[in-house]
Amino acid sequence: MVDITITVNGVDHSLSVPDNTLLSDLLRENLRLTGTHIGCDTSQCGSCTVELNGRAVKSCTLLAAQANNGSVTTIEGLGTPVDLHPMQAAFRDNHALQCGFCTPGMIMTAIEMINDSTEPLTADQIREGLEGNFCRCTGYQNIVKAVLAAQTQLRSA
Amino acid sequence: MTSKTGIGASVVRKEDARFITGTGGYTDDLSLPGQVYCVFVRSPHARAVIKSVDTTDAESAEGVIAVFTGEDLRSDGIGDLPCGWMVKSKDGSDMLAPSHPAIATTNVNYVGDIYAMVIAKTIEEAKNAAELVEADFDILTPVVDVATATTADQIHENVPHNQCYDWELGDSAATEAAFANATHVTSLDIVNNRLIPNAIEPRAALGNHDPASGLYTLYTTSQNPHLERLILAAFVNVAPEAKLHVISPDVGGGFGSKIFVYAEETAVIWATAKVGRPIKWRAERIESFQADAHGRDHVTHAELALSREGDFLGLRVKTIANMGAYLSTFASSVPTYLYGTLLSGQYRTPAIHVEVKSVFTNTAPVDAYRGAGRPEATYVVERLVETAARELGVDPADLRRKNFIQPSDFPYATPVALTYDTGDYEASLERALSLAKYSEFAKRRNESEANGRKRGIGFSCYIEACGLAPSQVALSLGAGVGLFESAEVRVDVTGSVTVMTGTHSHGQGHETTFAQVVSDKLGIPFENVTVVHGDTSKSDYGLGTYGSRSLAVGGSAIATATDKVIAKAKKIAAHMLNSTEEQVSFDDGIFKIPDSNESLSFGEVAFSAYVPGNFPIEELEPGLSEKAFYDPANFTYPAGTHICEVEVDPGTGTTKIESFVAVDDFGTVINPMIVEGQVHGGITQGIGQALLEHGVYDDDGQLLTGSYMDYAMPRADDVPDFIVDTTVTPCTHNPLGAKGCGEAGAIGATAAVMNAITNALDVNELAMPATAETVWRALTGE
Amino acid sequence: MYSFNYHCVSSTEEASALFDSCESAVYLSGGMTLIPTLKQRLDYPTDVIDLRGIDDLEGIVAEIGSIRVGSRTCHADVACNQHIHALADLAGGIGDLQVRNCGTIGGSIANNDPAADYPAALLGLGATVHTNNRDIGADDFFVDLFETALEMGEIVTAVSFPQPQRAAYVKFPNPASRYAVVGVFVADTSAGIRVAVTGAGSCVFRATAIEDVLQRDFRPAAVEGVSVDHSNFNSDIHASQEFRGHLVTEMTKRAVAKIA
Repeated sequence: MVDITITVNGVDHSLSVPDNTLLSDLLRENLRLTGTHIGCDTSQCGSCTVELNGRAVKSCTLLAAQANNGSVTTIEGLGTPVDLHPMQAAFRDNHALQCGFCTPGMIMTAIEMINDSTEPLTADQIREGLEGNFCRCTGYQNIVKAVLAAQTQLRSA
Repeated sequence: MTSKTGIGASVVRKEDARFITGTGGYTDDLSLPGQVYCVFVRSPHARAVIKSVDTTDAESAEGVIAVFTGEDLRSDGIGDLPCGWMVKSKDGSDMLAPSHPAIATTNVNYVGDIYAMVIAKTIEEAKNAAELVEADFDILTPVVDVATATTADQIHENVPHNQCYDWELGDSAATEAAFANATHVTSLDIVNNRLIPNAIEPRAALGNHDPASGLYTLYTTSQNPHLERLILAAFVNVAPEAKLHVISPDVGGGFGSKIFVYAEETAVIWATAKVGRPIKWRAERIESFQADAHGRDHVTHAELALSREGDFLGLRVKTIANMGAYLSTFASSVPTYLYGTLLSGQYRTPAIHVEVKSVFTNTAPVDAYRGAGRPEATYVVERLVETAARELGVDPADLRRKNFIQPSDFPYATPVALTYDTGDYEASLERALSLAKYSEFAKRRNESEANGRKRGIGFSCYIEACGLAPSQVALSLGAGVGLFESAEVRVDVTGSVTVMTGTHSHGQGHETTFAQVVSDKLGIPFENVTVVHGDTSKSDYGLGTYGSRSLAVGGSAIATATDKVIAKAKKIAAHMLNSTEEQVSFDDGIFKIPDSNESLSFGEVAFSAYVPGNFPIEELEPGLSEKAFYDPANFTYPAGTHICEVEVDPGTGTTKIESFVAVDDFGTVINPMIVEGQVHGGITQGIGQALLEHGVYDDDGQLLTGSYMDYAMPRADDVPDFIVDTTVTPCTHNPLGAKGCGEAGAIGATAAVMNAITNALDVNELAMPATAETVWRALTGE
Repeated sequence: MYSFNYHCVSSTEEASALFDSCESAVYLSGGMTLIPTLKQRLDYPTDVIDLRGIDDLEGIVAEIGSIRVGSRTCHADVACNQHIHALADLAGGIGDLQVRNCGTIGGSIANNDPAADYPAALLGLGATVHTNNRDIGADDFFVDLFETALEMGEIVTAVSFPQPQRAAYVKFPNPASRYAVVGVFVADTSAGIRVAVTGAGSCVFRATAIEDVLQRDFRPAAVEGVSVDHSNFNSDIHASQEFRGHLVTEMTKRAVAKIA
């Protein structure tokens, strides 16, 4: 077992988990934050994307121990239905989701993409930036539209 | 009602609040106290005899609760997984269906076929133990190639030549005569590549058994929980139907692959009573690749006979369809009634004959996937038409126009058993040509040429039969169930409404669309309508969601039940207003009688229904809740034109989609925003099939595309923004005028892309997917 | 994953001592290959030694005529370097955004996947790999399929890239995995033109015939017609040997065009 101290969505946790526990399992099983989804085994679909120490990472491809002493933000830490993060609101307003399964990962990646760039991103750059997130429902068009819309709002804020 | 939330309004979706905040509840997100975990032990061989399975070591491994084999299920009376559609061969004989046990007992027949299940306290313990299950296999040579399957080794003892059926449709003699009269015949050999569904949520099951009541509860990723329950109860014998409660909670995409009753949830729900603990299973992606039912996989020779003037005279199609190792739940219907019946397309082809042989191979079962049969039919017809235009040197749009069924021809009976009710194919084509700036294509092609690129344009004028299905037709063609839909509209005391539907939403947005229909009809706020689905204890019955049927059939059931509510409410209003129900009008949520200032709101009437102070109870029951079972009179026929423009890089053979226009006729549209989204997703699937996706087995039956490392999924940067529009001819036979939109993109897009690439390369035949190497070889002639 | 013991160490000395004392240990840097491998139970180390606690392994330092990239520098950070544009470009095209935030240069080259991008940069630029024991030239570092000159337990600490006069990397990505089907790094260096090819063979290699041609005539057209022996190239469902052979020429042309 390995002892882990971790801040998740602003709340500090200390727990002891098996050494081979993935960060995604710690979030989903230990902390019951099930908004972070598991869609593949090979680190490609991006459904499990969370923010670790300010960067978007695939939580299914990190040991929980690698996040020790770290700070994690998951989809549950962004906003609530009555107080949405601008990216969440943009996804809803632009119909950027259908089944919703890939959505938390998409939103987490999209936020980092905008935070990382000093210049406004073009639609093509957004498409490239989302290459690590699969969606089987939407055809991506409305996701790109949502990220563009949120970007306008986030950059003016 | 014309409002911001009524029929025709792009209302943002009710369901999104939970999905964007991570508070949705997908099967794997749910947990039950004391739950244990299940791992399936899967065959590494494509074809082998199981000589023995030794579970001794696995059973004694740490954390293990039980290990079961197929014999355990069989001896407990658990039946095979059935196929729900009986297709008959030309000679009138029944199709041949091999035994399909949830857990194999005597043979394994594809890589991923299950031969044992391990239940342990943790997933890792279950995996450890799974490695200790010792199977002794006698490995046999697998049958992999679909085209030669009928002459290969026999896989199943009751299926000679590995042939499930040899089916035909249409008039053979008339078609032969048409070809005899033809001045031109266009022929193509076509392979429709195997697709692997890849809903981003992997399949999952969570089962529980309550020994006191005997009730089984199964949470699972199903597009049709009632059908799941029916099959598990009536055919697999897990439990009596009343003792089986199936819940499909939030489901992360289905695309057909979650229609079917699979081995995994069958074994899980059975085993939960055996071990006395709730059991959870979630597929790893490799299991999804290996054991979700795949799609497409046809080998076809097709010929189109034309007159000197370019009139279509006849169509002759011979297809071999791959069923995989076993018959999945609806597999037999896909290459027959969902394929052969669509070969008339949008055209007045007078004579059509199609023959389909379905064969078994040692590959994953193949069943309905995102369009199911109709993409394959569209691909055959539209590749032929485009090629014919090229061979005759005529504009492909002109050749289509010349042969379209005209608006005055409806209802139009095709030579392949369907009667189209309505449509205006030229309207969609003209709109698409305009949006695609077709008249300026030559200029764009020249510009590409100057940059060393090859530009091509391709059309696809597709039709689909949706709104599955008139029960009488379906049952007469071999379906095992009727295909109506049910609804209940339950008005609460305070006038809010709960709608129970037998359809299931796994991305389609029913909680929003259905609420728009009901709020519009009742004149009550959209927010006051709640839609409930996916739970066999809440909705009466239902056939689920697939085949773009939910609005056309399920929505029609809801509209019908809502009309019944209005009728009942009028009676109550008449009583309250001292009038007669004939005198009462209802508009925009208000009940009125003529020449009177007296009126009642919907809420007042609802309240009175539940607080019936002075009701004449002999003739007026309290309460305001109505049900409807809606059985459609015909299929619906969404149709449209897709135009794709591509640019090919000759240096690498890479194809880029430069533009994609889709103009679809879905009849009445309830929520244009949702409809556009459905089309976007479908087009991306169509492009994926044309350029990227291909499920490939090697000669040993090993799946070479068993992960995202090798199966190319369309990503955000593989596709452009699409230009999407609609034309409208309302469906003539359902109360909403709606036709369905879920599959149109996947049905229409593939042929448009391939027609564009072959146009760019100036070749008639090109293998799909048109990978870089395929295109490069076509260009270099190698 | 099979069970293993996780350790987080704070120095290379501690890491290598621990490595030696374990039955079968592996180092964990970014984990982008290791974790999926463990998840699929394709490897079963007794111990996983996480190098993230070691100071000085992260970051990029400009030196005279070269840059030194710490082995635990992630691809995203290399992609931001202002010194060698072609290297930044290459790093920015590895995997995807999330992978670039975790994956490290040291992990990538120690793994030596035949379709990885970094080996092409190292070989193309004539880089030097620094380990806890020694320096190894790129020409000697990449040995064969998933095989490098690293000894058991040896740890990559940094990579020094000499500043080229000009360089470019162009890859033809696998449509599924986005690894390189063929990637070509062309560099005009103080030691002449170097052309390194990844993805095509079992291990990154220098295309010397192409180097000779470009040395004389540094134009895309010059590469036309140079025959590349593809008889030992990889062949899979994504590209045949022959197509890979063609892509080596084509990607080289494009890299040269990008520079010129």
